[in-house]
Amino acid sequence: MTSVGTPLKRKEDPRLITGRGNYTDDMALPGMLHAAFVRSDEAHARITVDATGAREHEGILAVFTGEDIDVAAPMPMAWVPPGIEVNTPERWPLARGEVNHVGDPIALVLGRSRAEVADAVGDVIVAYDVLPVVTDPEVALESGSPLVHEALGTNRSHEWSLGGGDIDAGFAAADVVIERRIVNPRIAGAPIEPRSAIADFRAGELTLWSSTQVPHFVRLFMAIVLGTSEDKVRVIAPDVGGGFGAKLQFCAEEVAVSWASRKLGRPVKWTETRADHMATCHHGRDQIAYVRMGATRDGKITALHVKIIADFGAYFGMLTPTIPSLGAFVMTGVYDIPAVKTDIVGAFTNKCMTDAVRGAGRPEATHLIEVCIDQLAAELDIDRLELRRRNFIAADSFPHEVAYGVVYDSGNYQGTLDRLLEHFDHGAFIEEQARLREHGVYRGVGFSTYTEICGLAPSRVTGPEGFGLQTGLWESAVVRVHPTGAVTVFTGTSGHGQGHDTVFAQIAADRLGVSPEVVEVVHGDTGTGPMGLGTYGSRSMAVGGESIARAAERVAEKAKRIVAHQLEAAPEDIEVAEGTFRVRGTDKGMALAEISGIAHVRPELLPDGMEPALEEHAFYDPENFVFPFGAHACEVEVDVETGKVTVRSYAAVDDCGNPINPMLIDGQVHGGITHGIGQALYEHIAYNDAGQLVTGTLVDYALATAAEVPSFVTDRTVTPSPVNSLGVKGIGEAGTIASSAAVVNAVIDALRPLGVSYIDMPCTPLRVWTAIQEARP
Amino acid sequence: MPVTIRVTVNGDERVAEVAPRDLLVHTLRDELGLTGTHIGCDTSSCGACTVHLDGEAVKSCTVLSVQADGHEVTTIEGLAGADGELHPLQQGFWEQHGVQCGFCTPGMIMAAADLLARNPNPTEEEIRHGLEGNLCRCTGYHNIVKAVQHAAAVQAPAEVTA
Repeated sequence: MTSVGTPLKRKEDPRLITGRGNYTDDMALPGMLHAAFVRSDEAHARITVDATGAREHEGILAVFTGEDIDVAAPMPMAWVPPGIEVNTPERWPLARGEVNHVGDPIALVLGRSRAEVADAVGDVIVAYDVLPVVTDPEVALESGSPLVHEALGTNRSHEWSLGGGDIDAGFAAADVVIERRIVNPRIAGAPIEPRSAIADFRAGELTLWSSTQVPHFVRLFMAIVLGTSEDKVRVIAPDVGGGFGAKLQFCAEEVAVSWASRKLGRPVKWTETRADHMATCHHGRDQIAYVRMGATRDGKITALHVKIIADFGAYFGMLTPTIPSLGAFVMTGVYDIPAVKTDIVGAFTNKCMTDAVRGAGRPEATHLIEVCIDQLAAELDIDRLELRRRNFIAADSFPHEVAYGVVYDSGNYQGTLDRLLEHFDHGAFIEEQARLREHGVYRGVGFSTYTEICGLAPSRVTGPEGFGLQTGLWESAVVRVHPTGAVTVFTGTSGHGQGHDTVFAQIAADRLGVSPEVVEVVHGDTGTGPMGLGTYGSRSMAVGGESIARAAERVAEKAKRIVAHQLEAAPEDIEVAEGTFRVRGTDKGMALAEISGIAHVRPELLPDGMEPALEEHAFYDPENFVFPFGAHACEVEVDVETGKVTVRSYAAVDDCGNPINPMLIDGQVHGGITHGIGQALYEHIAYNDAGQLVTGTLVDYALATAAEVPSFVTDRTVTPSPVNSLGVKGIGEAGTIASSAAVVNAVIDALRPLGVSYIDMPCTPLRVWTAIQEARP
Repeated sequence: MPVTIRVTVNGDERVAEVAPRDLLVHTLRDELGLTGTHIGCDTSSCGACTVHLDGEAVKSCTVLSVQADGHEVTTIEGLAGADGELHPLQQGFWEQHGVQCGFCTPGMIMAAADLLARNPNPTEEEIRHGLEGNLCRCTGYHNIVKAVQHAAAVQAPAEVTA
């Protein structure tokens, strides 16, 4: 009756399907004020602010501007690429004298009701002394460009490279070199729940409820910025309505309302509007890559050089400058390439800052590799899948160290591709494709064979001595057995839709011989359990789950010693089976409830010297990342008269090691694929040359709806990770990382007979139609 | 100046003082304490606020509270039976893993309930088009479609087997 590996229905669902969830904006505290922000209408300007009119509004208690918010430190940036200096612009919770992008917060308005503060916002008068604007990162890097931050004297944040192997020799050995400029456009995380926070500062202590993926980070940074200590700050992430990286941030708004609550002695709530979210929550991607891929005539890739220009927008968020570096870590993809080099240049522009959005660097890398291998196949006139097979890292060569030193833990890329082709009949498709083309129907298939680097940790690689994150990246767990045998698991990860309550209960339950029903999982509250690092980078299972497994194992070991003592057996002869800790080969045993009863109520019955109670913790810092992988196939039809692309089918075979709950894995893959389809076809955060956001609502910024995607075919192979005892890898981002290339490759495949050989995302009707017109002879 | 409205919400007559400009979603959440109905956008795009007004799905961010005066509103909190028995759609969303973060779920379920009331045995395409006014960022809609099919089969087994 083991639970791990079964599709257990989610424990968190009963409240969510009945309207009894508890999201931050659902809560209200006595005396609570509402907050709204005055935001910049201009992309770059010096400002003077007159809040007199707003202060006279009915129901308004205070209006604060830049210097009023006298915090102890500017907004922190936590992750710097190693070995270099990074130009870091100063950023405060509210703009001080200058705004640098549309939406930059200028003033905080506090009042009795949401409506009253919304009215008053319009009467904060901001005078803008407009400065020159730059929105194109390549222009920003040219000499003579307007400067986003005059004080830095440059728009170049930093340059950083990662490479290995002899890149010149690699290109010298190539018969063919393809070159391609690939634009990975700016997108929004766009969780359906907007960001929200309630700050309640009383008696010298702050409690902050926040819709965040990282409550422990928020507590640490909040203590620093407010000039207090962590014991005076408690951060609670209640139900969180999706994150996708958008809530992997320490937000200026969180600081401003916390400071205001301290200043006014009242609880303060802020919930952003969708317009606020689109303009001011950090964006993702926005990279331009110049790719050179060299290969021999028979299709062996000899060298890969990628120059990335990363548009960071106007400021750094928590992780901004390191996001493209995460892509550099998997730049070789699933291929055995002897020489690889990635050169990254960061640029400031007068746009909202970029930071992590689902995949964070790895979707960009995977997209360019997987699109370019199709380009190379066309150049060499070799079948796209055959070219992939000729370059796959062999299944028997793991752990595999790639040219630049990253060690892939395990993989079988041929295996996932073979399994994919059991679900997608490529031969039949090609015949049908040719037949339909004669009737003016253009269909294409695109493939993506990927691996990615996740399970963020391990500290020795990611930390200050490694890649420069200013903290370790490990995870914590406490497993507490109550006197009657119920179990509470505390995790430092912070789920926001992934199903942690369920999968973590499954892991602990199996080790303790109980049903997941009696295992409660507590996350997202810095006031309970030990410090943890939150949920992002597909780390919760591979790092957090493993921590729970280890803590539960320690509880089980103690329980075995108690049972052995009671039943006069040796601890090593006690096994957990059929819901009891029993003496191997006998029917003598004790249930967890009996054991815990003794540990709590009858400690005199414990072995000599054993402490009472039944609770253990674990802090787990893995030895390596984990590397999930897979093969995806997307089939599209393109209406060549209008440029409209329709996704006809999508099949995905992913390998995330041992499945804990296969139903939830499929769910993560479905959502990830749709995110990638959205980016490939619809989503684009667009600014005009004046720095005005032109896709600032969900009318202009097109998230895929149910009508735009098909049902998916998903399957798995199982190649356990050797890194952790569970044998698991992350799966939260894999679908997004894999899918955009499959879609774009499919669109190009459909249009090759018309002379279209390449197209950038998003493949909107206008862009596709234009590509078709331009390709016409 | 405030206006007094009387609305039958989930079977109970409720009285609320509202401003003429107040949106139904704000009255439900802030005045009546029914926070299961969510707000995800400013443009009636996301559907997280979907409720039933006189039995038909509406986006409650696009209805003035005063327009609900004298009418019946059903929210996600009123969908289960009086004894707590889950509605077939709630069962379907649970059984088929149609929920991840849960934020879109109440609106999605209310929209799907309206769809099934009009079309008890929809095709997959009809379900997808029927729900295109409701956005979900987590599930990719795959399991939401299965959840609605699950509910349709429970509600109208005769048509499904026929």
